[in-house]
Amino acid sequence: MRLIFITLLALLVAAVFGLGATWMTATRGTDVGTLTIGAWTARPKSGTADIDPYSRATITRNGELPIGTGDGVAFAATTDDRKKPLDGRCDIVVSGVTPAARFWTLTLYDRKGHLVANSLQRYGFTSQEIIRGSDGSFEIRVAARSRAGNWLPTGGIERYALMLRLYDTPVGVATRTQRDAPMPAIATVGCP
Amino acid sequence: MTRLLFTIIAGVLLGGIVHLVSVLALPRIATQDAYSRLTPTTKLNAVTLLPPTDPAYTLMPFMDPAFAVAVCRYDLTSGPIKLAVPVSQAYTSVSFYTRNEVAYYAINDRSAGKKVIELDLMTEAQHNELPEDEEVTAADRLIIDSPTATGLIVMKALAPEPGLMAQAEASLAASSCKVQTEPPAKQEAPRLRR
Repeated sequence: MRLIFITLLALLVAAVFGLGATWMTATRGTDVGTLTIGAWTARPKSGTADIDPYSRATITRNGELPIGTGDGVAFAATTDDRKKPLDGRCDIVVSGVTPAARFWTLTLYDRKGHLVANSLQRYGFTSQEIIRGSDGSFEIRVAARSRAGNWLPTGGIERYALMLRLYDTPVGVATRTQRDAPMPAIATVGCP
Repeated sequence: MTRLLFTIIAGVLLGGIVHLVSVLALPRIATQDAYSRLTPTTKLNAVTLLPPTDPAYTLMPFMDPAFAVAVCRYDLTSGPIKLAVPVSQAYTSVSFYTRNEVAYYAINDRSAGKKVIELDLMTEAQHNELPEDEEVTAADRLIIDSPTATGLIVMKALAPEPGLMAQAEASLAASSCKVQTEPPAKQEAPRLRR
């Protein structure tokens, strides 16, 4: 009787611990093979056949199509440079330069990866649309209400993610630091 | 008390195995992966243009709304596939995914270096069956080996401004993805070299 109880307890612990750990890693992701520059995180290996099992599990669970390495690389940010979560009710400035790439796009998603509806039907910028300063740098205002210059509407949602995708770029598996890939800064400049 | 502790340690160790097995099995058992999501709306071995990504259309998460996207869901069991994608004005890329969304190959218009990205997709077995002389004459044709018999080819064309989306979609609509129909050339002559 006691043996049965102990065996069942061990199996229960195994199931809860094992499946719980799988659920955690599949929903939140892991740090396996990530490239972090400032607030931006990329998983260049997700676009290759060498993708790690954790990323594979996350990608198939979410129904994503990872961007292939021969195509480009995707950087995601869910916080600003000071680790404060991106808040759609605040004014957030994305400024600076981007790594070398033929084209890039910056897109705003809710936390589930859906675009956020707005009256302008503007969900992001491409490198050709952006208005730049004389030195080639840019400044994008991410805010709920309209702003002068490059305004990216948030729709006032509480939490969002920014994704910067570089197409036809040398940035990839071999990239390590900010020097190889100068990513734009993200700063929260004001909250109502 | 020690027995209970031992039980919990044994459970955690066993749980580690459960965790590893379930992570490895997840790609195979996931029912809401991109391939499954695309299956109802896309044709097999033909090009299907996807509707533009907007808040109302979220078949897959984290799609780039600046791109027109077309998908060819392939099955190589009836023969290799010939793919031709005309290059759009700004930027065009073709990515290959296995049945479980491993991006095993991707190419863009500049690395293809031509006005039309032309590729042959086949399984490794079909590639080995190719007569060698044909492989030499077809040196400028790119041959891609698919690790799985089924999978996805995703063609993307960039619209650098929203007004150019129609143009990008039109260039993708002109692409073709079909099973090679000509009879295999290997029957003509006996192969002596292999």
